Amino acid sequence: MLSQRSFALETLVNGRPYALEVGANELLLDVLRNRLGLTATKLSCGIEICGACTVLLDGRPVSACCTLAWEARGRHVETAEGLAAAGRLHPLQRAFVDHFALQCGYCTPGMLMALRALLDEEPQPTEQQIRESLKGNICRCTGYQAIIKATLAAAETMSSAGGRV
Amino acid sequence: MNERFRCVGRSLARRDGEDKLTGAARYAADLQLPGMATGKLLRPPYAHARIQRINTSEAKAMPGVLAVLTAEDLGTSVPRFGPMVADQPVLAHKRVRFHGEPVAAVAAIDEATAEAALQAIEVDLEELPAVASLEAALAPGAPLVLDPAARAEDDPWRTTNVVREFRYGWGEPADMCDLVLENEYAFPAVHHYALEPPACIAAWDTNGLTVWSSIQHPFILRRVLASTLGLPFSRVRVHVPNIGGSFGGKGYPRVEPITAFLARAAGRPVKVEASVEEAFLSMRRAAARIRVRTGVDADGLIQFQEFAGDFLVGAYADVALRVVGKSAYHACGPYRTPAARIVTRAVTSNTAPSSAFRGFGAPQWCWALESQMDELAHACDLDPLEIRLRNLVSRGESLVPGDTPADGDWAEGLRRTADAIGWNTPRKPHRGRGLAVGIKNPTPATTSMALVHMHPDASVTVNAGTTEVGQGARTMFAQIASEALGVAADRIAVPNPDTAATPFDHMTASSRSTTMAGNAVLAACRNLREQLAEIASEVLGMEAEVDVEHACVVAKDGTRVAYGEAIERYFGEKQGEVIGQGAYRGERGNLPFGGPQAFWEVSFAASEIEVDSATGEVRVVRHVGGGDVGRAINPTLAVQQHDGAAIMGLGHTLFEQLEYDHDGQLLNPNLMDYRVPLCPDLPEEVECVLIENGDGPGPYGAKGLGESGTIPFAPSVGNALFEATGVRVRELPLTPERVWHALRENTQHELAKDVEFTSAPQRSGGRPADDG
Repeated sequence: MLSQRSFALETLVNGRPYALEVGANELLLDVLRNRLGLTATKLSCGIEICGACTVLLDGRPVSACCTLAWEARGRHVETAEGLAAAGRLHPLQRAFVDHFALQCGYCTPGMLMALRALLDEEPQPTEQQIRESLKGNICRCTGYQAIIKATLAAAETMSSAGGRV
Repeated sequence: MNERFRCVGRSLARRDGEDKLTGAARYAADLQLPGMATGKLLRPPYAHARIQRINTSEAKAMPGVLAVLTAEDLGTSVPRFGPMVADQPVLAHKRVRFHGEPVAAVAAIDEATAEAALQAIEVDLEELPAVASLEAALAPGAPLVLDPAARAEDDPWRTTNVVREFRYGWGEPADMCDLVLENEYAFPAVHHYALEPPACIAAWDTNGLTVWSSIQHPFILRRVLASTLGLPFSRVRVHVPNIGGSFGGKGYPRVEPITAFLARAAGRPVKVEASVEEAFLSMRRAAARIRVRTGVDADGLIQFQEFAGDFLVGAYADVALRVVGKSAYHACGPYRTPAARIVTRAVTSNTAPSSAFRGFGAPQWCWALESQMDELAHACDLDPLEIRLRNLVSRGESLVPGDTPADGDWAEGLRRTADAIGWNTPRKPHRGRGLAVGIKNPTPATTSMALVHMHPDASVTVNAGTTEVGQGARTMFAQIASEALGVAADRIAVPNPDTAATPFDHMTASSRSTTMAGNAVLAACRNLREQLAEIASEVLGMEAEVDVEHACVVAKDGTRVAYGEAIERYFGEKQGEVIGQGAYRGERGNLPFGGPQAFWEVSFAASEIEVDSATGEVRVVRHVGGGDVGRAINPTLAVQQHDGAAIMGLGHTLFEQLEYDHDGQLLNPNLMDYRVPLCPDLPEEVECVLIENGDGPGPYGAKGLGESGTIPFAPSVGNALFEATGVRVRELPLTPERVWHALRENTQHELAKDVEFTSAPQRSGGRPADDG
């Protein structure tokens, strides 16, 4: 009913190509959740502070709640659904399980994507770097400590496995 | 300590972990039903207003709009809801009583249409004077939030904003004391900010109403919806998927009643997803101002305590009165108090209903009492640890006369916590350390039930009504059942609650689930074992009993039959199941909240802080928390609960505060203006000391600890601030601005600059209280 322009969106999500018709003001978050059924990515603050909607756009973390869907044209969107490969958890996911680095789990998918980006950039981050890099990802349950430990452990696993897993 | 257990006491991985990491875990907002419409609520920006007219005709005529509702459309008398009293209208009727109270609702085919329809609704409101602070609400001639005509004629407070006063007391305050100290402490209104805002889907069919909600207490929601909609309990079915945090905020119905009305009006399922701003406008912790007067003898032993507390509650009851009354009950803390006078008032205002929030009033009282304990220590020239140890009750001693006596070794807990932070070791410059002890009572006289199904393959399904808010209840129940049945935990399923299949549970709150719902699970397992023995006896033709260790039934002649074989031989191949049922019934008794405390939730906090004297910034560099858990069913989950709760406490200690303007408008209902703890705020070290003496009333000696970490956090930091600077700040949060001003005003207290010291540099003395 609201007249608006729409665009053809061809994009890659978690390695899979999609061709969609999206509205000019449609958010990436809504396309992922409502059109593609990828609900790992969560909405919380809506103003790019909490990080619950963090996804990777060509490897860089963005807030899907404040990113227009058409910005994903011809680019690669990665969400938490794409982290595990062939049924095997990503080392970050494995470390989150081992270190109990989640409680309610609502911040977790966004947290994982932010940390994926961090480890791509900095494979051996210090605790201080992890703390700083997570300032845009709020967790209200865990008190963060277990998340930091899990990240350090994942970095260790990934580097001893010879880089990216 | 745990060798005699197979599964209890082990840190099994969270069973919801992988789902939450891969996106497979579903939350209410993730769910879709065929034909589902989007619901939205119109919330005007006034704290108090008369509704002159609401014109919905334009909105109703819009294509794609399925329903537009105002209070007038809901029935001849507007339906109301509430967990204690049904006082909150499903939509505001004639009057708006707090900023954010919904006046109209729409359901439409999609979000954009619903949003456009909301904007098309014309609302004429006449703004009225509002009160949004204790000062304003208690001022002479303040506008009244409640209509005096609607209050009891003999209510002495009917022409004021005081809704109710609670009084407790015992003993006779001594005429003479060596020292009497009186101070006033203030605690701000704060918001839960669970990352997941409330979400609800409602759908009707001939069976009645089915909802999927992010509610913490499904059985309370069922009761409230049944009552508001005039349905029997049996025709309201509540499903609760994973909950994205709650902390008390999603305990009681908020968006659910209007979602049910929208779905009925639209003739199809409706989903309402509140925004974070709406969550801010709908739920909070009560602000409090507490005056404490304490008399001690020359040895620092408490002779009497007097408390006068005012709590700012909102425009509707929610559970606010219970928060005020229940928390005041243990105002004297875990200390021997020969005489006590506790008076507390719930003061209403044009703000969102204050509700349950981790600690349920205890953090407010703890901030007052534990700050006061420190002030007493300094006035008596005693070490803050020493004065607490002298006054802590010992196991078996009375706390509140007539109620459960002390059920733990709390001096041990405090000592271990103090040792862990190195209480007697030298401090670095600009640093200080502080201690505090927290106490809380779980809600007494409650019931939890459980059903434990054993299938013909001897796998097990545990049905218990505790919701998964992140605490790990489903992992805990699997461990309890595994221990009790000898079945491996990975063969035990623990589905999320569905009130049509899950037996009754009072609530997921009050640090009660592991203990009370856990006891129901344990009782159901025992009942299941009895039934297994019975059916095995029948098929074997002789007496038999369950051998948990070998997961089988053993007949009198030594014949062993595996669980599954017993079931199949009794019911037929691949048929049947054995269903154990169990219930926990909290002890009833003639006490203010219906019964004695099942246990006292006691916790310890030690913080080391650093103060930047130039900016007033306080940084918590180390924190040690301790909890008396009786027995940790899953130690890592217990530590996680504790650590997370502590960092939540760091929020109201240093940053968090809801700010209302004079007209009652909430100024900071978003994360830009409301600051919660971020990862860089985390202390360099956070440690948790679990006290496990196996002495709790829960399964295998467990006690609850869900709220422990939050309760004593703030006073441990306030006390450390005093030690570092000689400045006592009696109002939270300890923002840089507040601390900076306090430092400036206390020029007689030199900042401890670049000198190492091993004890508190200044003593505040027994000065009067009106300087805070």
